[in-house]
Amino acid sequence: MVMVLTPEQQALLDGEKGEAMAKVVKTLVMYGNAFDAARMVPVTSEYGHTVISFGLKALTPLYDLYQELLDAGLVSGQKFTADPRPLDKHVPSSLLEDIVFKKIMYTHQDRYEAQLEQFGVIGDDSYTCTGYLPQVGNTPRQGDVLSWAESSAVVYANSVLGARCNRNSGIIELMGSIAGFVPEFGLLTDDGRKADWIVEVRCSEKPEAQLLGSAIGMKVLEDVPYVRGLDRWLGTDLTDEVCGYLKDFGAATASNGAVGLYHIEHLTPEAVQQGEALIRENARVYVIDDAELARVKASYPVVWKNPDAAPALCFIGCPHLTLQQLTDWTQRIQDALKQNGLRKVTVPTVFTASTPVIREFEKTPHAKKLKRSGVVLSYICPLMYMNNPLCKRKAVITSSNKLRTYTSARYYTEPEILRIITTGKEGKQ
Amino acid sequence: MKTFQGRVIVPGSCTAEALVSRGGFNTLASYQMAIQFGDKKVKCGDQNNADLYKKPMLGKALCLPMTIGSTTGGMVLYTVCKIGKQPACMLFSESIDSLAAAGAILGAVWTEAEMPVIDRLGEDFLAYVKDGMTLTVREDGVVEVTG
Repeated sequence: MVMVLTPEQQALLDGEKGEAMAKVVKTLVMYGNAFDAARMVPVTSEYGHTVISFGLKALTPLYDLYQELLDAGLVSGQKFTADPRPLDKHVPSSLLEDIVFKKIMYTHQDRYEAQLEQFGVIGDDSYTCTGYLPQVGNTPRQGDVLSWAESSAVVYANSVLGARCNRNSGIIELMGSIAGFVPEFGLLTDDGRKADWIVEVRCSEKPEAQLLGSAIGMKVLEDVPYVRGLDRWLGTDLTDEVCGYLKDFGAATASNGAVGLYHIEHLTPEAVQQGEALIRENARVYVIDDAELARVKASYPVVWKNPDAAPALCFIGCPHLTLQQLTDWTQRIQDALKQNGLRKVTVPTVFTASTPVIREFEKTPHAKKLKRSGVVLSYICPLMYMNNPLCKRKAVITSSNKLRTYTSARYYTEPEILRIITTGKEGKQ
Repeated sequence: MKTFQGRVIVPGSCTAEALVSRGGFNTLASYQMAIQFGDKKVKCGDQNNADLYKKPMLGKALCLPMTIGSTTGGMVLYTVCKIGKQPACMLFSESIDSLAAAGAILGAVWTEAEMPVIDRLGEDFLAYVKDGMTLTVREDGVVEVTG
């Protein structure tokens, strides 16, 4: 199928607004043709979101491309948020790491942030992978068509908010925001939002979000799962706590597989509204019990140079923590330290959250408690921080399955992490 | 010789040695270290991909079911095309996914790189092809496998 363009879209493709705009539209048309899209549809969300937030020297060709767009007068038609920044002086790092970060890796950070400003980034507080949280304010409505990229944000917007967005790549998302339209295919269509898999959760206790998401992502890859049995623990309301769980769950499905949308029975909007009508005929079934989760966890490779090393750094918050999660973690750490007769965490620990969430958190009494426990609170992207060979020598632990997937960080469940950082002992049961 | 018919995403022709990923190919995890630190052989950095981990990818006929992982994937493919570190071609057994399609199309529209991309070659293709086999990609989406 070849896409049918409106006369206005065709004129853009034919060069009415210059060669650069014609190439932007050509890119979107080819992108749509690859998925048999019949037409372009307008982007209807108030804001966009870009996954690219880092000025890496290795990505010089990208910034050159963006400069070509800016020089042609092309900017985003909507303001947008961006993924977290890669650097924060408050996060522990060695002198060598500082040199690598500033002199070798992120040498284009200033250049790139200046470009983002020209393209239309909302502001200095807009650098987070969780722009959809209320404190940040980039929260689409159900049915909104988005031109976003960032796997964890896309899966959240589709699944928890009911917005419509494909798993766009970086660059493509900005081009959709520049053009103001995107090809209609996949998760933008009713049919593309139907479930290919039924996932039956039969665990004996509430499964760890990031482990459950990992198992499902590895099994269904880019398909849409309809998850049964989770409402037993999560209930039927999208509370702050539940949204935090779904954020982490979705990020793991998207990074360990390629899930762009999931439905949770009795909980997420389309599952509530349409129920089992969302499930395709002949959908496959995946049963997850305690043994399956244990099998998945045991399959993760340990890629530390010394697998028996004592943890040297802990990251919690990939994707960025919600306000509720920050509060809950603070309380858990306080309780565990008190129980163990300690005042500070025994492993250097960094919590990451968006600047607006950090600002709200700092208004609460929990902020002082967290600081007293020795935990650093940062807006950084832990993935970007760890994206260098030096980190392989460092025994970094995390409760994030996304961070585990892309770096040498070792995954532990949240209870294991809590035990390690409040006792200094190995986290395995 | 055995032939497989696929669908052309980015046209072109080439002959190259096969490198096969049986599971989803995580583009960011596979390329991030190689492009950041100038690995001339572009060895795969994805520790979760037992088929490819530490194997050179430059100039190979990359055979895969689909790509997975972060939505930086297309940007990464664009970058490897722009700096000339791309595979000789990408051959998908399944329908191409949105991230790989973006990367392949960005490479085709915005760079001079030649990287034919064919999808829908079928499960039989991925079951048949092995590392080291010689693959010839034709303009019409036919892939010839020898060796």
